[in-house]
Formats: sequence, structure tokens, C-alpha cells
Amino acid sequence: MTDVGFLADRLKRGDMTLSEKLRQVSWSLVFWLCAIATIGFFMLYSAANASLDPWTTRQAIRFGLGLFMLLTIAMIDIRLVMRYAYPFYAFVFALLIFVEVRGVVGGGAQRWIDLGIVNLQPSELMKVAVVLALARYFHRLSLEDTGRPTFLIVPLLIVIVPVMLILRQPDLGTSLMVVLGAGALFFMAGVRLWKFIALILAALAAIPITWPMLAGYQQNRILTFLNPERDPLGAGYHILQSKIALGSGGLFGKGFMQGTQSHLNFLPERQTDFIFTMLAEEFGMVGGLILIGLYAIVLIYGFAIALRCRHQFGRLVAIGVTTTFFLYVFINVAMVMGLIPVVGVPLPLISYGGTAIITIMMCMGLLMSVYVHRDVQLGVHGGYDDG
Amino acid sequence: MIINRDNDRIHLFHRRAALLGGGQALLVSALVGRMYYLQVTEADRYRMLAEENRINLRLLPPTRGRVLDRFGEALAVNRQKFRVLIVSEKTRDVASTLDALAAVIDLSEYDRGRVQKEVRRRRSFVPVTVRENLNWEEMASIQVNAPDLPGVIVDEGLTRHYPQAQTAAHVLGYVSSVDEDDLTGDPLLQLPGFRIGKAGVEQKFDLALRGAGGTSQVEVNALGRVIRELERKEGQAGADLMLTLDERLQRFASERLGAESAASVVMDIHTGEVLVMTSTPSYDPNAFNRGLTQREWNALSGDPRAPMTNKAISGQYSPGSTFKMIVAMTALEQGAISPDQTVYCKGHTDLGSRRFHCWEKRGHGPMNMVQAIAQSCDVYFYDVAKRVGVDRIADMARRFGLGETTAVGLAGERGGLIPTEAWKRETVGESWQQGDTYNVGIGQGYVLTTPLQLAVMAARLSTGLAVEPVLTRQVMIDGTVIQRPPQVFEAVTIDPAHIAIVRRGMFEVLNGARGTARASKLKSKDVQMSGKTGTTQVKRITMAQREAGLPDSDQVPWKERNHALFVAYAPEDNPRYALSVIVEHGGGSSAVAAPIARDIMTEVLRLDPSRKPRLNEDRVAETQPGVPA
Repeated sequence: MTDVGFLADRLKRGDMTLSEKLRQVSWSLVFWLCAIATIGFFMLYSAANASLDPWTTRQAIRFGLGLFMLLTIAMIDIRLVMRYAYPFYAFVFALLIFVEVRGVVGGGAQRWIDLGIVNLQPSELMKVAVVLALARYFHRLSLEDTGRPTFLIVPLLIVIVPVMLILRQPDLGTSLMVVLGAGALFFMAGVRLWKFIALILAALAAIPITWPMLAGYQQNRILTFLNPERDPLGAGYHILQSKIALGSGGLFGKGFMQGTQSHLNFLPERQTDFIFTMLAEEFGMVGGLILIGLYAIVLIYGFAIALRCRHQFGRLVAIGVTTTFFLYVFINVAMVMGLIPVVGVPLPLISYGGTAIITIMMCMGLLMSVYVHRDVQLGVHGGYDDG
Repeated sequence: MIINRDNDRIHLFHRRAALLGGGQALLVSALVGRMYYLQVTEADRYRMLAEENRINLRLLPPTRGRVLDRFGEALAVNRQKFRVLIVSEKTRDVASTLDALAAVIDLSEYDRGRVQKEVRRRRSFVPVTVRENLNWEEMASIQVNAPDLPGVIVDEGLTRHYPQAQTAAHVLGYVSSVDEDDLTGDPLLQLPGFRIGKAGVEQKFDLALRGAGGTSQVEVNALGRVIRELERKEGQAGADLMLTLDERLQRFASERLGAESAASVVMDIHTGEVLVMTSTPSYDPNAFNRGLTQREWNALSGDPRAPMTNKAISGQYSPGSTFKMIVAMTALEQGAISPDQTVYCKGHTDLGSRRFHCWEKRGHGPMNMVQAIAQSCDVYFYDVAKRVGVDRIADMARRFGLGETTAVGLAGERGGLIPTEAWKRETVGESWQQGDTYNVGIGQGYVLTTPLQLAVMAARLSTGLAVEPVLTRQVMIDGTVIQRPPQVFEAVTIDPAHIAIVRRGMFEVLNGARGTARASKLKSKDVQMSGKTGTTQVKRITMAQREAGLPDSDQVPWKERNHALFVAYAPEDNPRYALSVIVEHGGGSSAVAAPIARDIMTEVLRLDPSRKPRLNEDRVAETQPGVPA
């Protein structure tokens, strides 16, 4: 943490030294994140049938690196973040085009870039990039401007173009998260409620157009969700087994590593998407409530940081990443409990997998940066008061 | 301006943050509510579903009970069989392991192809049968070469075995695989490879022999792999069944009947126990357990001598002259004739335009009752039958066990037929004719009996008691022996003096100077046998044939030759055993049936199974149930 030379000339212009910034970091939030991750390590240990291999060790290393990344991002001056919001968006967009083109050319469905310890999915990064780009856009917009429809064209494009690309991959879960996260930003920026209602109606009207664009398995998942008896041995089987696992866990669970549904392989993907089910099977409703409580604490921190921030950019970024975090939790848990269709969204800090950790720790890093730089004066274009 | 603008935005932001946060809180509480619904409200239902997922109930087939003869000699047992299986996940390469296995035991190309196909279809931990019915040597050589045969396992099972093969096949019946029609709801029947009794004792006592299946609760994973056994409930082995048969006599009788299409029954007249019940030709019940080939089946079902039929209970034959005792006793009871009163036999008697012949064309001359029985004079019995009428004869026949199935109760037993005037009216639709009565008088015409019924008749004649035949002596369940209570027979309602006269005639048949079977009297000086011959026409003899002279029986086609019958009991002075023999299309009774009866009875008296225990009778206790004896 001492080598932050690349930040040196920015810090000279800033208000705080590095050690002052470190003191500003909300270490209690870091503690809660570590608590959640630790629960995840235990669950991965159980999922591997009492073994650190193949998941726990690697997940711990990734989390350690993620923590380092969180703190690094937290140190970055928020003005710098704002200044590079559009270039970052453009960079991620280029990556998205790149994997899309490679996927088409190569004929394969490889939508990620191998970074050694993790595979980077540009669509994951896009969640963050869209938040930053929208926050920057709305930062300079007055309320009156926000009310004018012409000012909404650019931010809509910022969202829709990458979402179309992600839908083509096809990745319904990520698309949904980008759209909902962006929607939260539009809402917080002051876009009128009737415009949301109009948009939702327009979206419903678009269903006949988008339906053929979905892949067969995605159509199946939605149909199966709407009528689970439709396919009890196929897609419906997973959700049924998940509900059996959850329900049989009861109030206090079957005990650590005693989950029959999980350990006898009735539960699919118990180390990734269905890890919440395993936790609730082994530790019951009490265990599930504790984890959801921890997530709620993180969300409350997010809202509190947003409310305490003195600049619009920081507020929007904080709300944006917090909502993204919320969407991860909600979509995953609602999915394994059979409330919404099966979409591949991991449980933050618990599910095994590198890409999600990068996104989540980046989100938390940005949140922390907003917190550290909450009192910084921010001009329209990222200067002190250059607007 | 900037500050003011920002203040508006902050107010709006705070309001909307409250809305957004509230919305998220609402959604989170929806999750909690759903969790409560699944994990508290519906917990019991899902707990049950999880158990159903995880726990697999397996049936443990019980060991089928043994069937033993009266001295504990094994008639039906369970024999170890071996089969070799392959578990593909434990072998490096199925093809090369099969190569190695083929070097040790015979393995057809067909089997290898089938195994490779099945291995691909099944999950890798599921054992696939390579070959069944290995003999002991093959099993041993696989075990010796086990290091070179990874994933090859030898499995041991039990299969039904009939060590006496043909000897008692008809009584024992056989076991065979379960058909759709056999399903009763007993889950055992659904087990692959399960066998149930399909004929004879195996069928009649199937439930007792079968026992009750045990269960094993195992934990399985989603692929069906067994993780561990949770609970095991042993079943109840089938009961061992001890029959009344004497295996030695059964075998002797079968061999004595030889290649003839024949049947014989020997009974203990005091207990009703059936010592011998044989029907030839026979079949090998082991073949049914193994599964018959089409060719074997065709050979069995197409044979004119009907090897599949138990002729002792399913064969119905005119009793012929063996019926004359019944006619004689009817006449005595009705006072239609006195024992000493004679009827003159001139070789035939006329009824209107029809002529009824005596087997002795030259005529017997004057015959009293004892002489008529001893020499089997037909004209005498035409006469007395005419005097008493068919209904009274039928009444007497029923008292001696004819015309209805016995208490043995094996499937396929027939009741025979004792005609009455009413029966003919109802069944044939014609009125009873005097000529019908004449035919009944010599045991021909409509009268039909089974060999078992004839043995029962002989037993009742020799005791005057309503003897009922039985096939089972005792049942052994878990070392507890349940013996059949001794039977108490009521007396047949008849004057003993009348029986005595008839028995005198039967004595003369073998021991009289002019008896029809005097050549077949017992060779012993001390013990005599009494009996009665019977030869029944299979084909009506025309007047023209009779005038041309009857050909020797070996010159007519087998199917048209007469049936030869004999009933007997011995010893004459203190009867113990009753017997019946029938040889289908055997020709004359005295030439064919009587010598067989004499030989069987001689062997019965020599072994005397009712009085002499077999030397090694304690072998019953030695052999464990279910293990090959």
C-alpha cells in the first residue's frame, strides 16, 4: 500500500495526504465485507466436501486481491474518476465489441478475456462503466435540464447500446442488471416518474419484438418460471431441487456440511449460483437471515455514503454501485427461491468465480472513494470549480 | 446560482433516496417472507421431499424354502450361481479388460458387444452383467486372475435347483420368471430375475416357500450412486416344506414305468400320505428355471405322450374293470344279488338288437360274485348293473372318492366323471339308455377316473374308511417344525361284510387259480397283494372286426391300443399301502399293468417307508435351510 507513486502529482493538488485518506476509509464497511466473504469461504469449503480445494483457497486469494483493488480505487481522487468516466466507458465498450467480434469470427462463445487468475467479462465491467458515465452526465445537468426530453437521449444511448450487445451474447442476467442499475440513476437524477411508467409500457410493447431475440434456453427459462410444471426434469428440476433444499433446511438447518441436497448433488451449481441455497439448507432460515442482514448493512452504508456526499457525481456513483450490489443479492436470492426465473447472477462475495469479485470490489472501491472524497469540491468537468 | 441549483437537487435526491431505499427494503422483506414460507410454513413438506430424494428403498429377496421328501431328501433346493460383472469406472479400458477376461473364461462375441453397448448407456458405477451361470471353476479362475481384471467382480446368487431332475417333476412343478398376470402387488414380484412357482407344489405353496422380502434403506446421490446403507430389515426366508413322497420309491416307480406314457400313485392307507405320484414321460424342471428355448418348448408341447401333463391327477381314464368292485358293492347293498347267486356267462349278452360281449369270448359259465371279480367276467356285471341302475352305482362310486377332486389340491387336478341319468339329460341332452348302464357296469362308457382317485378307491376298499390323500407332512419355518395333525377318517357308509366279499374277489385276482393277474402275485411267501385288473377300449370295436378276430395289440397303432390299468393294496391280511397304475395304450392289464404294480408294491413293502425310518433320517436337522443339501 505504500507504492502509490502514480497518484503522487494528483495528491499534491488534493486536500489530503495518503495517510489522511487511509484514515478516512470506512474500515467498518471493510470489516462487514470481510465478514460476508468469510461466510463464503466456509460455504465453499462445505461445497467441496470439507476441502479447501478447489474453491476456498482460490476464492480467498481473489478476495485478497480484490481487497487490495478496493483500497487502491478508494485512494483515487474522485475528480480523476469523474474525468476518466467517459474514456473508461469507451474502453469497456471497445472490449465488448472486441469479444463480440471475436465470438462471431471464432465461431465460439468465448465472451471473456483471460487475465490469468480471473477471466474478465467486459459485460461485467460495463455495469460499472455505465454507472460512472451516467453519473458524470447527470452531474453537470440541472434539474430543469433533466426535465427536458432532449437531454435524456444521450444517457439512454449510453445504456441501450451496450445492453443490446450484451443481450446478443446472450446474457439476460447482466443485461437486466445494467438496465435496472441505470434506471436507478435516472430516477435519482430526477427524471420524472411518468417517464419511467411510459418506458415500462414501451418495454412491454416491445416484448413481441425482443422475444425472438432471446436464445432458446432463455425463452425456456421464462416459460418454465411462469409454469414450473412445464418441465419438471429439465429447467424446472433445478429450481425444484433448490426449493426442496431450502425448505428442508427449516429454521435452524441441517448443520454445517450436513446438507443432503447439496452434498448428494441434487442441488446444481452449489458453489456458484445456488450457494445461498446450500447456506440456507445447512444453517436454516436463521443462517439465511444473518447473511441477508449483513448485506443490508452494506446497503445501508451505501445509502449513508450517498447522502453524506457533497457532490452530485459522488452521490450518483454511490447510489449506482449500491443498487448494483443490491441487484446482485436480490436477483440471486429471489432466483434460488423460485421468485423469479433462473438467471445466472452470482451471490456477491459468496459465489465462487473471479469476474463477479472484480466487479463487486470495484463497486465497493468506488463507493469507498466517494466516501473518502465526500467533501471534495467538484466542478462540472471534474475540476475544483471549472464549471 | 450554483448553490441554489444544487440545493434543489439535494432535496430531490434525498426524497428519491428514501423511495429507492424503501423500495429495496420492501424487496428484501419479500425475500425474507419467501424464506419464511419455504423454510417454516412448508418446511415439513420439503423435508419429506428431501428424504424421498435421498433415501432409496431396496428389496432384499428372501431365500426360497426347500422342498424335501418324507425323509429329508432334497427335491428342490437353492444352489449358488455365479455371474461376472464389470464396473466401467474401475477399469481403465473396458475393451482390453474384456480381452483379458476372455482369456480366462469363454466369452462370446455377442456378449462382448452387448456389454460394450450397455457400458456406454449406463452410468459408470453401475455394474453390467458380462455372463451368468458361471461354474465353480470359471469363478475360481477369475478370482485367481483378479489383479489383471480391474473392475471385474463376481457376484454370487441363488438359483432354484431340482437335484432329482425328472423324478418328481410333476409333483414339484417348477419356478419361472414372473409374468404380467402373476403380479399381485407384492413388490418382490417386480424384482428383476425373481422366480415364482408355476406348477405343482411350487405353485400351490408358493407364498409359504417365497417368504417375505427384507428392505434396505440406502442413501443415494442425484445420480443414483449408493453412498451408504442407513437401515436394514432382514426378510423372512421361505418355509421349508416336507412332502409325503419317498424319493427312492418315486424314482423306482418312474424308472419302472420307463418310456411308457403312464402314471402311478402309491398311498399309505392309514395316513392318506401319497408316497409315490409319478407320471411319465417327464421333464426337467431345471430347464424351466433357466428358461426354455423355443425348440425345447416345441419338443415338450408337441410330444403325443404329453410330458408336461401330470397324468396322475390330470389324466382321466375309463376305469374299466377296476370299477367292478363298485358295481358289486352296489348290488350287494341293494340286495339285487346274493354273493353266492350265479349268473351264467356264455360270452355275451343281448340287449334288444345290441350284443354286449364278455372279454372271454368262450364264456365263463356260471359265475358267483367272487369268481366274477377274480375272472373279471363282463356278462355278470352287465347283469347286476342292469338290476341296480346307474344312479345307485354313481352313489356308491362317490362314497369311494370317485367323481370329484381330492384334497391334494394341486393345480390341474381333474375330477373325473361319474354319470347319472340326470347328468346325461342335462349334459348330453339325451335320456339314459339301458346300454349306457351296461357300459357303466364294466367301467366304460361315460365313466372317467384319475389314477389318484383309483388309488384312493383302493385305499378305501382296504380300510373301509374315507381315506383322503395328502402330499405334505410338515412345514419348517426358522427351525420351528409344524407337523400336519394326523388325519382322522370317517368310515365309509357300507356294510363291512360287503367290502369283505369284494376284497375276497380282489385277493383271488392275484392269488386265485383262475385270477386274471395270477401271474403277477407277489413272490413273497408271507405277504400277499390284492388287486384288480382293468383294460379299457380306446376305440370302438366293430362287429366286423370282432368276427374277423381281434388282432394282437402290438399290431394296432399305438394311439388305438387299449389302456392298461391296475389297482391294488397290500399286505392282504393287514393292509398298509394302496396303489394304482395306468399305462396309456399299454395293451392288456394283466400283461402290462399288473407286473408293474407287483414290482412297485414289492419295492414299497421292502422299504416300508411308513414303518421303517430311513437310516439317515436325521439329515433334516443337519442341513441348513436354503443351502444345497
